[in-house]
Amino acid sequence: MTSEACPTSFDAAAAPSAVAAAARVAEFRLANGLDVVVIPDHRAPVVTHMVWYRNGSADDPPGKSGIAHFLEHLMFKGTEAHPQGEFSLRVAEIGGQENAFTGNDYTAFFQRVAKERLGEMMAFEADRMTGLTLADDVVAPERDVVLEERRMHCDADPAAQLSEAVQATLFVHHPYGAPIIGWAHEIERLGREDALAYYARFYTPENAILVVAGDVAPEEARRLAETHYGKIRPRGAPPERRRPKEPAPVARRLVVVNDEKVEQPSWQRSYLAPSHHTAAPGESEALETLAHFLGGGQTSLLYRKLVLEEKKAVAAGAYYMSAAFDDSRFGLYVVPAPGAPLAELDAAVDRVLDAFLAEGVAPDELERAKTRLIAEAIYAQDSQFALARWYGASLATGQTIRDVREWPERIEAVTGEATLAAARKWLDRRHAVTGFLLPPEGQTA
Amino acid sequence: MNLPMVKPSAESAVNVRDLHSPRGVRFWLVEDYAVPLVALEFAFRGGASQDPAGKAGAATLVAGLLDEGAGDLDDRAFQQALDDKAIELLFQCERDHIGGRMRALTRHLDRAGELLRLSLLAPRLDAEPFERVREQLNAQLRREANDPAAMASRAWTARVFAGHPYGRPRRGDQTTLAAVERDDLKVLARRLIARDALSVAVVGAIDAARAAWLIDLVFADLPSSGALTAIAEAPFAGLGGVDALDLDVPQSTIRFGRPAPSRCDPDYLACLVLAQVLGGAATLTSRLFREVREKRGLAYSVSAGVTTLDHASYLYGGAATKNERAAESLEVVRAEILDLAHGGLAEDELEKGKRYLIGSYPLRFDTSTKIAGQLTQMQLEGREPSWLVERNAGIAAVTMADARRAAERLFGDGALSVVMVGRPGQG
Repeated sequence: MTSEACPTSFDAAAAPSAVAAAARVAEFRLANGLDVVVIPDHRAPVVTHMVWYRNGSADDPPGKSGIAHFLEHLMFKGTEAHPQGEFSLRVAEIGGQENAFTGNDYTAFFQRVAKERLGEMMAFEADRMTGLTLADDVVAPERDVVLEERRMHCDADPAAQLSEAVQATLFVHHPYGAPIIGWAHEIERLGREDALAYYARFYTPENAILVVAGDVAPEEARRLAETHYGKIRPRGAPPERRRPKEPAPVARRLVVVNDEKVEQPSWQRSYLAPSHHTAAPGESEALETLAHFLGGGQTSLLYRKLVLEEKKAVAAGAYYMSAAFDDSRFGLYVVPAPGAPLAELDAAVDRVLDAFLAEGVAPDELERAKTRLIAEAIYAQDSQFALARWYGASLATGQTIRDVREWPERIEAVTGEATLAAARKWLDRRHAVTGFLLPPEGQTA
Repeated sequence: MNLPMVKPSAESAVNVRDLHSPRGVRFWLVEDYAVPLVALEFAFRGGASQDPAGKAGAATLVAGLLDEGAGDLDDRAFQQALDDKAIELLFQCERDHIGGRMRALTRHLDRAGELLRLSLLAPRLDAEPFERVREQLNAQLRREANDPAAMASRAWTARVFAGHPYGRPRRGDQTTLAAVERDDLKVLARRLIARDALSVAVVGAIDAARAAWLIDLVFADLPSSGALTAIAEAPFAGLGGVDALDLDVPQSTIRFGRPAPSRCDPDYLACLVLAQVLGGAATLTSRLFREVREKRGLAYSVSAGVTTLDHASYLYGGAATKNERAAESLEVVRAEILDLAHGGLAEDELEKGKRYLIGSYPLRFDTSTKIAGQLTQMQLEGREPSWLVERNAGIAAVTMADARRAAERLFGDGALSVVMVGRPGQG
């Protein structure tokens, strides 16, 4: 049970949004509105069963930050038909693994089990879509668990605190500015009624996506889905996701966390950028390519310039969060070499970007970035769990199966001009927040 | 609750072939043509426990430098050659072995093999990347310097294995890293990278003949033997005590452990089942999960498991609880361990623990990379491919009497070696 809330490292953010182009993915919709995706993978007799709800922390009501994530935890507390613990005990007893996670735009639950158990998992998961019961005596301890989760991932880690502050500063109006796990003072006040109201609003077949990956034929998955999920009563239209739109940003911002626990300073910058869902055609793919060219590994521009040539840094990279329903972000990070002041590094990054904006991208460098992105789509096919997750995240943020399937071709079509144009348009410091992680003022790391 | 006896499948989780290349290198192969890629994992027995005295982290530096230039390719040329073909190559150094994994599209396998061969046979260990990689390691260590989880695990290892190579930090510290010189790395690489220490597995869209060709290309020309220092069995120190490290954070991070039977011990599999019942991390049903997290809301993450190294084996677990209630968390952990030590294991707990371990085994083999990793690990542990079936049969055969006997050995008098980081007791 995790939130993707607190970026304690850049690894998660740097993960490719590359989604594989599996050929035989099946898709259909049940009469009650539940969308179903089946990704066959017959290499091992196991299946991954996931249900995604198209709501996440960005749908938390004002003043109730963290409710999406808190409810995700409470979904393990049992139903009338299967009281507390029964589902998890069954999963463990059959040698399965399970968990759940909450993002800005989705909440998802999954089990990984032997293929014979798929129908049984569907029965449990379908039951939990409508049958949740919450006794007061399970709500309070679970709220404490979430507060411990927040302490562990955020409150004890100044790097996570900086990332939270950058995010909160970048999104001045849109709820992406609040941490997925919620602010501590609001988590403390979340209660049973908040959870049940949120549950009633979002946990409906029309708002859900069932993803099944593994050793199952699409027809069989369909039959099982009809049997177990098909009997859930439709609730009408799915809830609409209408979040406040960000105003056009005009102010470049710097946020600084000074903490005595910091012995290794770091630098980061987030630019407001369109997501795959909000971008003009081709723009998201150009940003994806740009992130790879600028900061994907040791041959990337930032690493070459700042680490290898200028030796001002020991690490540097870039990432782009394409899987979001609303406008998202493009990020850069640098770990300074000993003694390199962050202000100097900040200027050095801008010099590298300015030179690139003037010169453009060399054809062989563009090709290298594209080759790696497309290969990642093939590598992704090696993991049914990763595939299920990427399809789920893409669909839950407004993409289609076709978008996912044709992604490698659209990457292939990205030109140097498009990459440069995306950089010129979106890597504008007036759209950005820069974050410094430093020891207390007056001390040097 | 009465459960029928567990019957594991006699089928292997994967179809492994145990082969030798024409030039005599042993390797394990799993053929699978679903995705056009090949994953290769390998390890040389040795690793960080072979670091020279006062130079902890040297083997980790070797691992960090193997993809930073080899043969006539300098660091940039080597990295670019990998990127041109989207070849993934990752080296790592553990306590008992140094190794790596490669993943390549089948159409780029020739080039991938050449680059891997070069990296092992002719690593340049050039001065510039050496300084850079050392600084990267230093930056990591500085980043973790006041991270509660990193501090706790470092302190626990140092306390329990004081005086043994396992008690040194695996990646060194800033002082020991500063003491390492390039020549140390050359000597160490020559000692560690040799055929007689090698385990290797190949998985993916590749047949036996081509796999044998690849294995010979990469490994056959390596020196036939290295030079490993003998490592003594590691005594377990510090039982019964608590080390507290002060850190100004709202939560106390707890790490605890005690000695366990080794992987060669007849009670080993019973101990795995007991550890699963106590604190299995991949399920939401263990005793610690229920008592510490669900009932009392004391921690987000709480688990325990058996860790087995070549020269030590131990139960190791952890939790993180707000300072005011940290002592309570530790007490609950102690109570569960004592209950299991004193025969508190219920029959259905044992059955469910066995069922989980048996049923979840195939989940470890669901990607090429994971299969190659599992098969390499099995070889490092001295197992044969038949272990893929024997392991589950052995778990199924654990009786209540076995489990009770193993519980006495694993949990004993319940004494733990404990480290706490934070301000336990403070509100």
